[in-house]
Amino acid sequence: MTHFLNNKNVHYLLGGEIEATRLFVPYDNLLCDFLNDLSSQLRKSEDAGGYPDVLTFAFWCRRANIARLKEEYSSNHARLGLGTVFHITPSNVPINFAFSFCFGLLSGNANIVRVPTKAFPQVDIICAAIAKVFENNDYREIKIRTAFIRYEHNEEITRLLSIDCNARIIWGGDETVNSVRQLPISPRSVEVVFADRYSFCVVDPTLVNSLKESDLNRLAEGFYNDTYLMDQNACSSPHLLIWLGKESSTAKDRFWKALSEVVKEKQYRMTHAGAADKYVQLCSDAIELDNLHAVKAYGSFLYCITINELPSNIDEFRGSCGYFYEYETEDLRGLSHIVNNSFQTLTYFGTDRKYLLDFVVNNGLSGIDRIVPVGQALDIGVIWDGYDIVKNLSRIIDLQ
Amino acid sequence: MFNLDSIIEVAPYSLNKSEKNSLYEDAFFALTQHHYENCEPYGKILNALNIDPSIKQDVDNIPFLPVRIFKEHDLRSVEEPQVIKTMTSSGTSGQRPSKIFLDRDTSKNQTKVLVKVTSSFIGKKRLPMLVIDSKVVLKDRKQFSARGAGILGFSMLGRDVTYVLDENMELDVERVEEFHRKHEGSDILIFGFTFMVWEYFYKKLEELNKKLPLDKAILIHGGGWKKLDEQSVDNNTFKSKLGHVCGIKKVYNYYGMVEQTGSIFMECEAGYLHSSIFSDVITRREDFSICDFNETGVIQLLSLLPKSYPGHSILSEDSGIIHGEDNCQCGRLGKYFTVHGRIESAEIRGCSDTFSEQ
Repeated sequence: MTHFLNNKNVHYLLGGEIEATRLFVPYDNLLCDFLNDLSSQLRKSEDAGGYPDVLTFAFWCRRANIARLKEEYSSNHARLGLGTVFHITPSNVPINFAFSFCFGLLSGNANIVRVPTKAFPQVDIICAAIAKVFENNDYREIKIRTAFIRYEHNEEITRLLSIDCNARIIWGGDETVNSVRQLPISPRSVEVVFADRYSFCVVDPTLVNSLKESDLNRLAEGFYNDTYLMDQNACSSPHLLIWLGKESSTAKDRFWKALSEVVKEKQYRMTHAGAADKYVQLCSDAIELDNLHAVKAYGSFLYCITINELPSNIDEFRGSCGYFYEYETEDLRGLSHIVNNSFQTLTYFGTDRKYLLDFVVNNGLSGIDRIVPVGQALDIGVIWDGYDIVKNLSRIIDLQ
Repeated sequence: MFNLDSIIEVAPYSLNKSEKNSLYEDAFFALTQHHYENCEPYGKILNALNIDPSIKQDVDNIPFLPVRIFKEHDLRSVEEPQVIKTMTSSGTSGQRPSKIFLDRDTSKNQTKVLVKVTSSFIGKKRLPMLVIDSKVVLKDRKQFSARGAGILGFSMLGRDVTYVLDENMELDVERVEEFHRKHEGSDILIFGFTFMVWEYFYKKLEELNKKLPLDKAILIHGGGWKKLDEQSVDNNTFKSKLGHVCGIKKVYNYYGMVEQTGSIFMECEAGYLHSSIFSDVITRREDFSICDFNETGVIQLLSLLPKSYPGHSILSEDSGIIHGEDNCQCGRLGKYFTVHGRIESAEIRGCSDTFSEQ
């Protein structure tokens, strides 16, 4: 099968016509070698140095990590990729497209990746590194199955690419998912979609109280990375912090104060519009929330709304750019009523993770797909949103 | 309770910084308490912010509401039957308009102050007046758009008020000429919204290649530069092009918002917007700390007028620069400043808007 769009509105950053005549076994050695070379290429690139997200990606691609993923994957069945994967990646996150590409590649597929229309330097850095690695003829088989394209919103182009693909990945938001879903894929094709999600955090106040300053600071930094790094707007960034335990008032003060210090240290760039949005939300919450107990404000950089009752629609209350809700309880079971299938990530600190897992499984909850320590909320992986992406993008050859 | 009548006879640009400060500390203490007691949502906000209205604040620390809150909530500090007029802002598409509730007192004060401030620029005599707008804007006398309210307010300054656009925004050139013949030799007042004046008056005359002899006219215009910025038309271009088609020399821009109708900021001869004794401005940084003079920030607006709704201290979504206080070349006391326009909307990172950028 070949895919090539001869359309003046489509700009090919890398690759062109796809020759997806042959598929790979997931985690084929060639694929792993390629990603490791990409990792080295990026790590020695001077341009990449200024972008922590590029370095994180490079670190993720390295041999040891991919080998670990391969081991975890261990399929009982023979598998092959599906064919060509068409990736529609988020417009306002510079690096997701690269991960999406890796997921499609590791599953054994050819890939057409629509990169963000915004000119993020990260996109150019990664495409340049891939092009460099492709110079090695060993990777010819991957090269002829890879295209990175950029186009402004254009339904016709998306439609053409959708009809021909064997799998479609749609990142980002209910609205995007709904609108792309209007455009059909072929009956045998599969689709992996990432809709809007809600995430929250559980913290043990006793442990926070006992932390040394340096450990407290590390916790606050982890929380900062989970939230402020993406303006608290990633699906996995928490909006609500649950203090699980008694006598949390000192812990709360210590934590928020430490966080506000980190926000200052990191010189978080807040815009006038961001500040205005948060202030409007604060005033609206003051008027609307009957359960509002107190507001803590650290300048306009950090607001924390203490609520003394959890409404079942708490997932509709979302902050951005450093706007959080907090609630204190001694028993997680009181949270079952708020969890619905939009809940994605539960970040934790101090609380026993097995206890959290039991909370989800034993209560048969329809949401919460990830339970990860504070600081790892944004760490994207092949298991995401409750899917094993590699398994979703490959097929089983059943042998009896 | 602060009573506006106590200062209505004071010349609008005659108080220096310390006089104004002491007036404002008392007046805003009273106003904040009044709204706290009479507007439940306002009270909830102050409570949430941990502000005790029984403590007198410096002018810098007067609590402020974000202007958008008037779009999201109905805020009233009087009983509903006392509301005689509700004003609405045009609002950007898809947004709810602001709703401002006026009782007799606040409405009357708006008119008084508007006349007071404006007449200090154009004189006390009522002049024959042209309105560059259509009369259809004023159809409903109980529900006012910001445009309608502006027109009615400024109409108080004129006589023989004549509307020169028809319902399709077409300029009635004949009516303007007839008006001019009728008032030949007299000063006349022209009022319109900046965009309307440009789009339907200037452009039409330019297109018709028509010159009107309005060299004795005074133009007052306001309402924002957003649409003209898009056409790269600044204040100087506006004045010179307009002068070219109708010889007009006295052109005054003003800055104001529907949430604080009446206490407008007029542009002085030196080209700066001025706060009168009835209003004040503060510019704030992203963390809401106060900017220095000549530093760009988001504009907070204070007005002594709003009593029937809690709009006496508002954080706008406009950015601007305060150049100084009490030392403008034009001789007026008070702060003088420039507005740059709307703050840019937040470019939020996150993974949920593949399509929002078109």
